[in-house]
Amino acid sequence: MADSFSLMQEQYTKILKKYLEEKNETGLYHAQQFSKKVLENQISPEEVVSLHLDALEKYFPDLPQGVFDSFEFLLEVMMGYGMAYREHQSLRDKQKELETEINVAASMQQTFLPKEIPSVDALDVGVISVPASKMSGDYYHFIKDDNDCIGVAIADIIGKGVPAALCMSMIKYAMDSLPEQRLQPGALLDNLNRVVEQNVASNMFITMMYGSYDPRVHHFYYSGAGHEPGFYYHYDTDTFEELYAKGLVLGIKRDTTFREYHKKVEPGDFIVLLSDGVTECRTDDGFIEREELTRLIRKYKHLPAQEIVDNVFYQLEKLQGFQLRDDFSLIILRRKV
Amino acid sequence: MSVQSNVEVHTEWGIVSARQAGRNLAKELGFSSVDQARITTAISELARNIYLYAEKGEIIIESVERMQSTGRKKGIKITAKDEGPGIKNIRQVMEDGFTTSGGLGAGLPGVKRLMDEFDIDSIAGEGTEITTIKWNS
Ligand SMILES: Nc1ncnc2c1ncn2[C@@H]1O[C@H](COP(=O)(O)OP(=O)(O)OP(=O)(O)O)[C@@H](O)[C@H]1O
Ligand SMILES: [Mg+2]
Repeated sequence: MADSFSLMQEQYTKILKKYLEEKNETGLYHAQQFSKKVLENQISPEEVVSLHLDALEKYFPDLPQGVFDSFEFLLEVMMGYGMAYREHQSLRDKQKELETEINVAASMQQTFLPKEIPSVDALDVGVISVPASKMSGDYYHFIKDDNDCIGVAIADIIGKGVPAALCMSMIKYAMDSLPEQRLQPGALLDNLNRVVEQNVASNMFITMMYGSYDPRVHHFYYSGAGHEPGFYYHYDTDTFEELYAKGLVLGIKRDTTFREYHKKVEPGDFIVLLSDGVTECRTDDGFIEREELTRLIRKYKHLPAQEIVDNVFYQLEKLQGFQLRDDFSLIILRRKV
Repeated sequence: MSVQSNVEVHTEWGIVSARQAGRNLAKELGFSSVDQARITTAISELARNIYLYAEKGEIIIESVERMQSTGRKKGIKITAKDEGPGIKNIRQVMEDGFTTSGGLGAGLPGVKRLMDEFDIDSIAGEGTEITTIKWNS
């Protein structure tokens, strides 16, 4: 540090001298380059004043004393900037540290999500879930039982970032601890609601849609807790229908029951589950309409489910200038033809 | 050399006197003008805290020495002492951005960064003692 400082001192004296002799733009350009170096070497503002003072003393020893004194004065005035500069440096280090921590947490969070989607012959499944920042407040979950029945959950923690992610990990463990009701959406939400109500801070709200698909009879049972409605696509009529399930947001009221709904799924029909980051995709003209979303899905419906969700995501991401404002999750389950 | 100045801080005058005493000793010890400014800034901050929060107290300025493999090292030691209300949550005041003045690097964390050594003791209801040293490199 002391060495690099005396080197800087030497260099400053040199370029200042040259500038004073030639007074041209080249000299000023050197000054600008020097200012970058000053920052690189973490030299604080008051030290720059002292560089100048030293150079003056060396190069113009005969200047009136008042000139030197005035730089001593300036040096004192720059102390405030010096302190702010040091704080800035320490805050920057702290920020780097935080970022590293968040990266670790984010990769831990990834392990909470299913590593692979269970495959059953009857179903074509596509999933995409992308956090708006590093950590996500969306959660999804798949399970398959011995009869090849598939349980699927999509949840949205109201809020974003680290607090939402913490809450999301709670939900994961709560779901894991309720294995018996996995294929009874209503009962599962009843229980989950109790866990959330007891364990999660009262200012955290979770919406969820839970469904279970029985491939033996092609029935889809589902219940919802204040979650953004999905869509049901009818293959024979080529129409979309809202997939709505009435129910209170999880964690609001202890004794809540969740109604179970049911659909008979025909070949080619598909179920679309989503988080509100999909429909609340914001463009300069405001939120997109749900029709816009069905239009997009329809556009890609000839593709495999995974490609549909990937394409829809890409298009919506693009609409928003590649800046997600909310966590985005989209799931499609299609009965194969 | 064991010069020591004790400056009573009860008014803004006291703050200036403490700065003056600090600057005189710093000069004597051969500190550069940048270091002199750092030392007096640290004194200002500590003395202002006494003046603002404890009403009165004292600033003690003395030279210190330490033997090192490279020879003798000299420094200036500043002690700020008062019997004011004390600081309840020291950890919190040592965090950046806590100061009432909105931060920008000033306050106690700023003093700590300006100096080489920093030590704080404070008991709520009894008072505060802060010592800080700058070594002449
Ligand atoms: N000598 C003291 N006695 C009692 N409380 C103190 C003392 N020194 C500091 N404090 C308490 O610690 C807080 C932080 O002090 P610090 O000097 O870091 O910042 P500040 O005085 O609030 O703002 P700044 O110094 O930036 O103008 C003060 O607001 C005050 O409550
Ligand atoms: Mg203060």
